[in-house]
Amino acid sequence: MKSIYGLLQPDAGEILWNGQPARPASPHEARRLGIGMVFQHFSLFEALTVAENIALGLDSPPDRRVLAKRIREVSEAYGLPLDPHREIHSLSVGERQRVEIVRCLLQDPKLLIMDEPTSVLTPQEVERLFETLRRLASEGCSILYISHKLHEIKALCSRATIMRGGKVVGSCDPAAETARSMAQMMIGAELRTLSRRGARGVSEPKLVVENLSLPADGPFGTALKQIGFTVGAGEILGIAGIAGNGQTELSQALSGERRVRPAGAIRIGAKPIAHLSAEQRRLLGLCTVPEERNGHAAVPEMSLAGNTLLSARNRMKLAPGGLIRAGLARGYAEQVIRDFGVKARGPEALAGSLSGGNLQKYVVGREVLQTPEVFIVSQPTWGVDAGAATAIHQALMTLAQNGAAAVVISQDLDELLQITDRLAVINLGHLSEARPTAEISVAEIGLLMGGLHGTEPAAAEEKEHAVHVA
Amino acid sequence: MSLRIEPRREPSRAMVWLTPLIAIALTVASGWLLFLALGLDPAETLYQFLIVPVESFYGWTELGVKAAPLILIATGLAIGFRANVWNIGAEGQLIIGAVAAGAVALAFWGEEGWWILPAMCVAGALGGMAYAAIPAFLKTRFDVSEILTSLMLTYVAVQVLGLLVYGPWKDPDGYNFPQTRMFTDAAVLPILVEGTRLHLGVLVAGVIAVGAWFLMGRTVFGFQIQVVGQAPAAARFAGFSRKRVTWFSLLLSGALAGLAGTFEAAGPIGQLIPQLTPGYGFTAIIVAFLGRLHPIGIVAAGLVMALSYIGGENAQVSAGLPTAATGVFQGMLLFYLLAADVLVRYRLRWTSAQAKPVTVS
Repeated sequence: MKSIYGLLQPDAGEILWNGQPARPASPHEARRLGIGMVFQHFSLFEALTVAENIALGLDSPPDRRVLAKRIREVSEAYGLPLDPHREIHSLSVGERQRVEIVRCLLQDPKLLIMDEPTSVLTPQEVERLFETLRRLASEGCSILYISHKLHEIKALCSRATIMRGGKVVGSCDPAAETARSMAQMMIGAELRTLSRRGARGVSEPKLVVENLSLPADGPFGTALKQIGFTVGAGEILGIAGIAGNGQTELSQALSGERRVRPAGAIRIGAKPIAHLSAEQRRLLGLCTVPEERNGHAAVPEMSLAGNTLLSARNRMKLAPGGLIRAGLARGYAEQVIRDFGVKARGPEALAGSLSGGNLQKYVVGREVLQTPEVFIVSQPTWGVDAGAATAIHQALMTLAQNGAAAVVISQDLDELLQITDRLAVINLGHLSEARPTAEISVAEIGLLMGGLHGTEPAAAEEKEHAVHVA
Repeated sequence: MSLRIEPRREPSRAMVWLTPLIAIALTVASGWLLFLALGLDPAETLYQFLIVPVESFYGWTELGVKAAPLILIATGLAIGFRANVWNIGAEGQLIIGAVAAGAVALAFWGEEGWWILPAMCVAGALGGMAYAAIPAFLKTRFDVSEILTSLMLTYVAVQVLGLLVYGPWKDPDGYNFPQTRMFTDAAVLPILVEGTRLHLGVLVAGVIAVGAWFLMGRTVFGFQIQVVGQAPAAARFAGFSRKRVTWFSLLLSGALAGLAGTFEAAGPIGQLIPQLTPGYGFTAIIVAFLGRLHPIGIVAAGLVMALSYIGGENAQVSAGLPTAATGVFQGMLLFYLLAADVLVRYRLRWTSAQAKPVTVS
């Protein structure tokens, strides 16, 4: 995709654009050809307004007032209402995506490339996006839609090309295939089915969170407001929500990267731990996998062996008395690589040289093999291929089966519905009451994600604003 | 044909150790051109600059004497640099360390006692440490850049030293020269080899480099410093405290700089004078990078830089080279090193003209 959009230069081969060979040397040239792209990670300046952000992305922005008018016209014509004068940081993720789409639409694209556009949207927002895309397609704009969510491909696309490891491995008519058959083409092997555990009775709460409040992490963070939940031994609790609603703060508070008062706000069994550091909590059996693999869960410039020391040095006794036993660290890394099928040159490979899926398997494996009693994991399969995702899900479920209490914080609703026992939704720093996953409908979750349970004035205000804009 | 720079999949390990050699080669080549432009015989001048200093055993001991403070300071700085803590003020910490050690030496002037020299070392290390504590406090408490504060404090330290040697500490029998009394025997470092200036401090510098190697390579504490520098978020995840590492690395580098100052005052100089240091604190930054922030590399780099000091003096005498030549050589070395470091992460490749991107609009 980056080659088509002119960000990378292909080494060989050619791109035909309207029958002509084309080789855009820059995004600027690609845009001139009529190619627009919406990236998975947005490129917007939080402190600038919608109109200013759009003007920055245009090659020859018109006068400010004309532009604002055009934004209003185009956004309304496609059912993507936007106020050109609002600042980006006050917009929801769905609205931010609209800014990116409108930015492309203003240039009358003939081809619109969308890279995993729904990973940050509520189910309702996804439906709305699909309507817009269908409308665009009917007006003659080609849409190239990249996604690993196969039911979306089935719902939206008229043809599908399946890629694996940088190669095209097949193409099909998504309407004629099942999601399962496409998934098998994607991972190139028979898809392993998750062994789902049977229903279990109520067990002792292992992790208790009560009245947990925490100020926001920076000006664009979200404060946590009186969060409470319990997780029993052998249970997986899911926390759904759109990015930026307090997930980062929650996982920092749970992991110990930020300490919280009073100490009893987080407890393992009856033991208060909220005032303890990450390493102290780890020694009490609480292990975590943060959302970001590179630079947070692992140091990219260090080897896999070196990276074991981050979280396993004390629990796995890799450095008794503060002295690193290189052999033990290497051995533990080898064990993780073997047990979790991590594709790497060996324990001396740099973490940064692994693919996303393999590094994620390594990171999850490093924690799981420590047999934690409480396991907190954020976005366990973000940007990971289907095979690795299944392996990670299976590891989580096995861990729970063996009696650990697990919390999965994720934006991927499908994932949560698949592996969790109970589900709660976080919105503007509030956590909804956790309910059994089997009893909750996707529509309900969508509404909770959109904040329809909010009783705080701030939440109500935010909602009103949204209505006003619409 | 065109030269293209493309990223490597993994940083090249060979290049990590090759680039300092490339930088040294380029510096020598540039020196050749420079001497040619100055109308000197480049071969003869370079011979005076680089070879003559190490032709005799005495030359080697002198090299050790000059390298010792560089190695001591660079070892401390390198630990900080690995943690992303940029102490640029080792020069000032060296001076304050020497002043603190000098205070002890002058207070017990003329007295005997085995404890005087150790007391001077402790005072020197504490002096440098205290001076580095100022940027550490400002950094951890108010997030003030330690680069600026430590650098600016250097100029304060120079004035403090001047104030003392021009004022209260001036040698009463020194014909009004700005210098203190010569330290008495109990306050001077023992000489290791008779007839040379090779003092105990040179040995200590070597031992400390080995100690730093152990700390950084084998202990969780050293690992912590590297993680804080390379990935602050991962350090939080691991339960490492950035503040603690900032304090530690500034205090350690301050202490080692202070110790280097002590060794200068109690070693080859034997008193406090305004020109206590020919810029060791700044040159040590180059030494740290030339030695790849690795204690063993730093020992080698310290010797190379010491050579540039001695060679510079030599060439001044024999070829009439200006004093600035030493600085020019040291500057070129750092410049070429930083430039050559691109090769660690990137490789150069010749590409034929046909493969150049063809653009169709």
